[in-house]
Amino acid sequence: MSASKTHGHAAHGGHDAGHGHHELPFWRKYVFSVDHKIIGLQYAVTALVFLFFGFTLMMLLRWQLAYPGQPLPVIGKLLGESAMPGGVMAPEFYNQLGAMHGTIMVFMGIVPLAVGGFGNYVVPLQIGAPDMAFPRINMASYWAFLPGGILMIASFFLPGGAAQSGWTNYPPLSEVTQTPGQTVWLFAMVLLITSSLLGSINFIVTIVQLRAKGLTFFRLPFFVHAQFVTSFLLLLAFPPLEAAAVMQIMDRLANTSFFLPAGLVVSGEQWHAAGGGSPLLWQHLFWFLAHPEVYVLILPAMGIVAEVIANNTRKPLWGYRLLVYSAIFLGFMSFVVWAHHMFMTGMGTTMSTFFQTTTMIISIPSVVILTCFIMSLYGGAIRYTVPMLFATAFLPMFAIGGLTGLPLGLTASDIYLHDTFYVIAHFHYVVAPGTIFALFAGIYYWYPKVTGKQMNQALGKVHFWLSFIFINGVFMPMFFQGMAGLSRRLYDPTIYAHGRAIQGLNVLISWSAWGLALAQLPFIWNFFASLRHVKVAENPWQSTTLEWAAPSPPPHGNFVTPPVVYRDPYQYSEPGRSTDFHPQFAREA
Amino acid sequence: MSAHAADAVIPHTVEPHPVTGIPNGKFGIWLFLASEVMLFGALFSSYVLIRTQAPHWPPEGGLSSEILNVPLATVNTAVLITSSITMVLAWASCKMGRIDRFRFWMGATVALAFVFLVIKYFEYTHKFHDGHFPSTNNFYAVYFTLTGLHGLHVIGGIVVNTFLLTAGTRLWKTDRDHFTNRVENAGLYWHFVDLVWIFLFPSLYLL
Repeated sequence: MSASKTHGHAAHGGHDAGHGHHELPFWRKYVFSVDHKIIGLQYAVTALVFLFFGFTLMMLLRWQLAYPGQPLPVIGKLLGESAMPGGVMAPEFYNQLGAMHGTIMVFMGIVPLAVGGFGNYVVPLQIGAPDMAFPRINMASYWAFLPGGILMIASFFLPGGAAQSGWTNYPPLSEVTQTPGQTVWLFAMVLLITSSLLGSINFIVTIVQLRAKGLTFFRLPFFVHAQFVTSFLLLLAFPPLEAAAVMQIMDRLANTSFFLPAGLVVSGEQWHAAGGGSPLLWQHLFWFLAHPEVYVLILPAMGIVAEVIANNTRKPLWGYRLLVYSAIFLGFMSFVVWAHHMFMTGMGTTMSTFFQTTTMIISIPSVVILTCFIMSLYGGAIRYTVPMLFATAFLPMFAIGGLTGLPLGLTASDIYLHDTFYVIAHFHYVVAPGTIFALFAGIYYWYPKVTGKQMNQALGKVHFWLSFIFINGVFMPMFFQGMAGLSRRLYDPTIYAHGRAIQGLNVLISWSAWGLALAQLPFIWNFFASLRHVKVAENPWQSTTLEWAAPSPPPHGNFVTPPVVYRDPYQYSEPGRSTDFHPQFAREA
Repeated sequence: MSAHAADAVIPHTVEPHPVTGIPNGKFGIWLFLASEVMLFGALFSSYVLIRTQAPHWPPEGGLSSEILNVPLATVNTAVLITSSITMVLAWASCKMGRIDRFRFWMGATVALAFVFLVIKYFEYTHKFHDGHFPSTNNFYAVYFTLTGLHGLHVIGGIVVNTFLLTAGTRLWKTDRDHFTNRVENAGLYWHFVDLVWIFLFPSLYLL
């Protein structure tokens, strides 16, 4: 104890001596930092850890799906008798893994990485600001996120374990389940929502008020536009879920009946609540958040892909204004499609028709965005760098995910496909080989900005190709499982005859998932080992946007002199110039 | 104070942005209020939905105005509206450079907020005394949840206003405009809390 204390002290002293008297103490600089870059890194690293944890839960769950009822060697014993008696996964534990995988990946992995991480780090740099508009609120946002995340994971250790009613937590099931894990889920969500709200206010104010001189709205990089729309979605869609969480907390702790119908019978007994509430009310409030949430997951990813494609095709983005208008339209429309998740609740044909129509309309801007990206590739001298590999893979992956959503948005085909593995395949194609690939592109692309070093490209290519093959091995067979009628959330997929006929696919998927985990090892090694590489040039990708006007890594306050913007964001390959890129911040014509 | 030295210099913290015409803080508080509208909007919508599908409202029979204490709530409405006026006067005092008057009016605002909570406390305990709890039926569930969340917002306002009245006043000595802006932002929030009650009072007590 005393040894570690002395060590900490010594390191601290040396740190101060090495950087002069302006240096802040360690805890102010790296722990309770108000610098958007440190907060961005805190978000990104925490989110990557949570992403890996969420993935680990799914790797465990995949054992039960591939080999139902068989004991899991070694690891099964380590997880204890209550979770895996005799090494065989208990149904309750299976449900916890499923519910927590979804929650962790969406609310603690992708959103914090895409918005909290990339948004925080890159947006102020790309608009030429010294920091976010409210640095201390930014810090508060991270320090609401971290306890929320820890609380969520800690719920595994409660009696009865974590929440187990799916990531959607539909009542009455989520309310008649008496384990405390569900209550903790709700409180943790309130913290995570608060964090997102604080962050979104900060982003909107920063983008509107702190843009550099000359940086008009139509000179902003598309990534900033994407984050701007995303922030509005977070700001306006999350509070209804917070309201719903408050009501479910009341139902669970004060025994109210917001979501419990009259005459509810559980296990043959009358449930001890007054009743008179509506379980469907929860679904409406939940999806009022969770549909815009889908666009929160995809828009920053599209932003990253836009940056990487423009940079690596060495030509301006095709249809830049069209992209911006589509993103804004997407944002508006995302608020009026939520009930397409609820076609099976018997809400009536008028309502179904309305939401079916809006759902078909919202696919138009998505297709426009994708088309703009594909058109951007046309005629470009493409550099197949690692970020570009991930960004180009995003296009067909997102296209598969998006287009397979159309049958789910049409009531007639949704009746058959609802709650099958087809749904899982659909949204995972959007968020896993879609969004997560884009986030990998972002990590490889901005690593030189954050560290001043370049990641190893060969290892990056190994990471890309293995991930690309295995991730398709995971999700492609799920379309076939779903079309064969296999239900999601089924503890034992072989319980029905139609499931037994296609059980081989489950084995293939599980081995692909475990292979996907191995494919991440080159990335993890590369991520840390590259920190020791030699410094690269200030603008290694020869990019045009403003973040490359700052030193790498940028100092506190970002820019040595306040930058001025002279032109559009993607001025690549201008005829008659000696270089093929013309930065926004370069004064000469 | 050291926190200020550590921050990078953020533009438009005090002086308004030439295009939007407002400083960062005021923009931020309006966005925050937009999210609050969505929060209470969702709760009001849920109330409407639960109420319209109930065979009778309140479920136990009778009228809302007979079950809940309308005179006390009327007094509370007056208290909150008055506190909004004193809040504006506190801000106007800052604008006129009168920190002494600011202290008086802000003190009055905080005191009125406490009066509101004390009256609310008597309303709540009376209900509990009669054996009416949130679990009794959805009428009480809605009543306690909505007024309870509103009460938490009142407490939040008290915390912010008390800070401006005590430690926060130090900013007045170094940057009057910045301090005045903060009072204005706290005022915007306080008017919103007032406004929520203006909706809660008729929809819970009178209708």
